[in-house]
Amino acid sequence: MAKGLTKSFKRALWVYHCNSGSCNGCDIEIIAALCPRYDVERFGIRLVGTPRHADVLLVTGPVTRQMEDKVKRVYEQMPDPKAVICVGNCGNTGDVFYESYNLVGPINKILPVDVHVIGCPPRPEAIINAVAKAWVKLETLEAKK
Amino acid sequence: MKQETTTKTSYHIPVGPIHPALKEPVYFEFEISGERIVDVNVKLGHVHRGVEWASRKRNPIQVLYLAERICGICSFCHPAAFTLAVETAADIQVPERAEYLRVIQGELERITSHILWAGVAAHEIGFDTVLYFTWQIREKALDLTEYLTGNRVTKGIMTIGGIRRDITPDMLPRIKKDLNFFKDNFEKLRHIFLDDKTIKMRSQGAGILTKKDALKLCAVGPTTRASGVKKDVRVDTSYFAYGDLDIDYITPDVLTGEVNGDVYDRIIQRLLEVKQSIGLIEQCIDQMPAGDIVSEPKIPKLMNQLKKVNGEGVGRHEAPRGEVIHYVKFDGHSENPYTWKVRAPTYNNILPWIPMLKGEQIADIPIVAASTDPCMSCTNRVAIVNDNKRYELTKEQLHSLSVEKTRRVLK
Ligand code: SF4
Repeated sequence: MAKGLTKSFKRALWVYHCNSGSCNGCDIEIIAALCPRYDVERFGIRLVGTPRHADVLLVTGPVTRQMEDKVKRVYEQMPDPKAVICVGNCGNTGDVFYESYNLVGPINKILPVDVHVIGCPPRPEAIINAVAKAWVKLETLEAKK
Repeated sequence: MKQETTTKTSYHIPVGPIHPALKEPVYFEFEISGERIVDVNVKLGHVHRGVEWASRKRNPIQVLYLAERICGICSFCHPAAFTLAVETAADIQVPERAEYLRVIQGELERITSHILWAGVAAHEIGFDTVLYFTWQIREKALDLTEYLTGNRVTKGIMTIGGIRRDITPDMLPRIKKDLNFFKDNFEKLRHIFLDDKTIKMRSQGAGILTKKDALKLCAVGPTTRASGVKKDVRVDTSYFAYGDLDIDYITPDVLTGEVNGDVYDRIIQRLLEVKQSIGLIEQCIDQMPAGDIVSEPKIPKLMNQLKKVNGEGVGRHEAPRGEVIHYVKFDGHSENPYTWKVRAPTYNNILPWIPMLKGEQIADIPIVAASTDPCMSCTNRVAIVNDNKRYELTKEQLHSLSVEKTRRVLK
């Protein structure tokens, strides 16, 4: 996996996925990454059911008005150190939905995004790569302690 | 929750909008008495992105890509219904080969979507091995999709007046090989889903939708067919090349001899449809005539033609989840649509949740809700945002809105 991994981040990496109004394209690619062909569980990466257990937050979708405060709350519930990955063009830039009246995104206006994954939807390989990058960030944070 | 009560009380359980059992944001409010569900309220609007409004600022070719992103799982059927509507409005004749190619894409999407659903349904009842097994098959279907269109999920294959990629003779062996793979694995899936004791126990008799309710609530697609209603756009109206193909209504009694309208029947229904789709693709490959795949390859010329259109059109397509209807109107001045209205199948299949869930146990919520294969990103168009005030619609309002909208679309 990613180069430069030290021993400081000892846990397996747990990921929480939050859909902020996406079209499902990115969401099914995230699930695809967990399923046998890409099988990220062999690296210890797991999808968990609550943000309170997660190290990394995967956000998809352009953040609709109704979801804004919910996305923020999910982020606040995560324990430190944490990293945020924005998956998909529409969370990064608005994509095809640009100028729509019901969007408050892009996501980096709402949350501090660490890794941007582009593609509509990005391939599972790209998502796995992004998680590995987030891992490096968590490593660095942990090492500084 | 386990308090001793002498007086009978019911309590409310909110589920959502962010909840591990839900793949997409939607909000339920369950009224519970003991373990039984007394009433259900559904609130939508979390995925509303203003897609229809945005279409008025895009030209029809751009709208195709917008339509594709209404829902990533139905990324063929929304552009398909939109093109059908535009083609009716502008009176465009589509080459015959393109019609067959469109059927192939549509059926391939149905296979992918139903297999995905089978995995999700298995996951909902805690049968994760099957989830992994089905998604492995699905990866094969995605490989084939990628081979035919260049993309895994959002394919960008539809265009107004035809389709964007041809299937050349050298691609046929690969397609046939993959279809045979699906057939082999279909048998395995059938065995798992229809003979396994656990699945039977969880799904038989759960979430019953009677034929009467299915008709009354205008359910569509596999959900209504599993209750014995013979409704399928592919048979009712012969669009694309479906008129030339051997296709008939499928209901679960084909296999079991009876219709119960429960979750088990909806599983059978979808499996049978996968088999039907494989057959349809094979028929298309055999019968496909040679010729052009698009009526007007030059986009600027097409745009000019569309700019002059003054009229409206309705496009109907049988998506994996049921009938999708698009209505589009051009005013003859601007190249952008004057208005565009989308009615996705989940819109109709949400109301049947209420009779399905009433009287069920809390633990059955996920599998019953999943059994209609809901897709929130298609449906979220009813929350009205006005001066930053949110109006929440009750189910009666939602129902009358739905009826009104159907009337409006059919006019
Ligand atoms: S980036 Fe594209 S595929 Fe992903 S959620 Fe947004 S619109 Fe859908």
